[in-house]
Amino acid sequence: MADMIATRAAYGNALAELGKENENIVVLDADLSKSTNTATFGKEFPKRHFNCGIAEQNMMGIAAGFAATGKIPFASTFAMFGAGRAFEVIRNSIAYPKLNVKIALTHSGLTVGEDGATHQSVEDLSLMRSIPNMVVLCPADGVETKKMVKAAAEYNGPVYLRLGRPNLPVLFDEGYEFEIGKAAQLKEGNDVTIIATGIMTSTAMEAQKTLEAEGISARVINMGTIKPLDEDAVVKAAKETKAIVTAEEHSIIGGLGSAVAEVLVKKEFAPLEMVGINDTFGESGTPDELLEKYGLTAKDIVEAAKKAIARK
Amino acid sequence: MADLKVVANNIRQSIIKQISNAKSGHPGGSLSGVEIMSLLYFEVMNNDPKDPKNPDRDRFVMSKGHASPLLYATLAERGYFGKDELMTFRKINSKLQGHPDMKGVPGVDMSTGSLGQGLSAAIGMAMAARMDKKDYKVYALVGDGELQEGMIWEAVMAAGHYYVDNLVAFIDYNGLQIDGKICDVMGPEPIDKKFEAFNWNVVVVEDGHDMDELREALKKTVFGKPTAIICKTVKGKGVSFMEDQAGWHGSAPNADQTAQALKELEELGGTL
Ligand SMILES: Cc1ncc(C[n+]2csc(CCOP(=O)(O)OP(=O)(O)O)c2C)c(N)n1
Ligand SMILES: [Mg+2]
Repeated sequence: MADMIATRAAYGNALAELGKENENIVVLDADLSKSTNTATFGKEFPKRHFNCGIAEQNMMGIAAGFAATGKIPFASTFAMFGAGRAFEVIRNSIAYPKLNVKIALTHSGLTVGEDGATHQSVEDLSLMRSIPNMVVLCPADGVETKKMVKAAAEYNGPVYLRLGRPNLPVLFDEGYEFEIGKAAQLKEGNDVTIIATGIMTSTAMEAQKTLEAEGISARVINMGTIKPLDEDAVVKAAKETKAIVTAEEHSIIGGLGSAVAEVLVKKEFAPLEMVGINDTFGESGTPDELLEKYGLTAKDIVEAAKKAIARK
Repeated sequence: MADLKVVANNIRQSIIKQISNAKSGHPGGSLSGVEIMSLLYFEVMNNDPKDPKNPDRDRFVMSKGHASPLLYATLAERGYFGKDELMTFRKINSKLQGHPDMKGVPGVDMSTGSLGQGLSAAIGMAMAARMDKKDYKVYALVGDGELQEGMIWEAVMAAGHYYVDNLVAFIDYNGLQIDGKICDVMGPEPIDKKFEAFNWNVVVVEDGHDMDELREALKKTVFGKPTAIICKTVKGKGVSFMEDQAGWHGSAPNADQTAQALKELEELGGTL
């Protein structure tokens, strides 16, 4: 299908574009350049692409050094090995000194598929969100990825960009204007609000249609920025629809669901149901089998929406 | 015991069948370690498929966890579980996860998959043997690309420091990783001198597919030092079109390629 693209592929393309405009962009990888698609950049700008080998902590440290001299490094590997293995390097050598490093990690979530739990990062949003100074972005499609790469490059400071392996439908048109910290409302609705991020936004759109057919009017919000969270959009949704569902391909502990819960409790209460991975590891399987088994389908969102409404 | 070369050939065929059936997995680095694993499980290690949790058994850690098809094929060949189970590799609800999970599979002594971590666990097991006054040995298989992980060198330092002489680490020196040749991506050479500098006993095996040479190498362990056996191997060994090709690191053969690979292996029989 022509209008399907993985966020990791869109990332590779956007990076190569950016490389033309900005000579300060350098790209680092850790022996996964064909999977993360930084190889696309490397082909055009071999002198600004550095393979660090299978050494993720060192890669993040080198990125910090590049940033300290004014370069704009994009460091990529799988989310598991970047946000996980190199967590403390990111915290202390990138975020603490507020260095201008873009941490763009692919193969997040269960849709990694057959590689199984050791490669399925379902904690990275939680990890990255808890670090001060860190901006956390999670695109829902190829267009949003492109806009986020650009926004990340323009923003001065550490940014985490959460990318995925599977092909996704394109939701946004080219005119979409992404701004860090601003949610995008994709559907108006007044019975319940589904706040989704990443691959779950297109799933939320499916769920919205099912709900509509059953006479339930669901608002759909794409939360591209996990941090700083668009609190106004959450408060408004809570006030106007009085029931909230979050949907993310991530643990329900510490990710989008938790971030939204924090706002609901602090600012404007509404019943919340979280669709996400329920405090468990993933496993091998096809992406679709895993999404089904771990409760990340449109049907799960529909059920969660009804539950949230019932709790009003 | 069975002819080791026939064992190795059977393991190779099982590797291909698993990955082909799963349409996913890592053939290259599985095929390069076949002789090492055959020798370990069928001749060297004190292991009993009927008693996989025996506290006195020798341990094995597949530090390069993506070579799970090699580990599973070896365990099935040895009788830890049925070969039919290999056809569940990488499928949903299977014990045979994409990367080895010690929770579910008899004979798997450590969960691995994130590179660079297995060697450390092997050291812990070996140190525990000493505390418990047990004389089991711990074997680990480490990738040459995997040597780029800093944690590997932390482990190497620790094993040397603690004189962990009941530990043998095989380095699968096939010269390739995902993005190409290890020397182009991030050269770890010279490997032998680095281990030696950390107080390891180092043995270099010129042909890591030669059982006799491997067998001799295993006789060269010494008192007071961990042993690294650096094995020069060929990634994809035994399947002509996979040999020495980085592209076959992590892709599954299609039906035609599978047929071709199995035909080649059947013809080779126990002659490789
Ligand atoms: C920490 C970590 N980083 C990256 C990967 C992805 N990965 C899997 S295999 C591999 C290359 C391994 O090369 P090598 O150790 O030489 O293995 P072999 O050639 O024996 O297959 C990489 C980078 C991983 N599994 N773990
Ligand atoms: Mg290798």
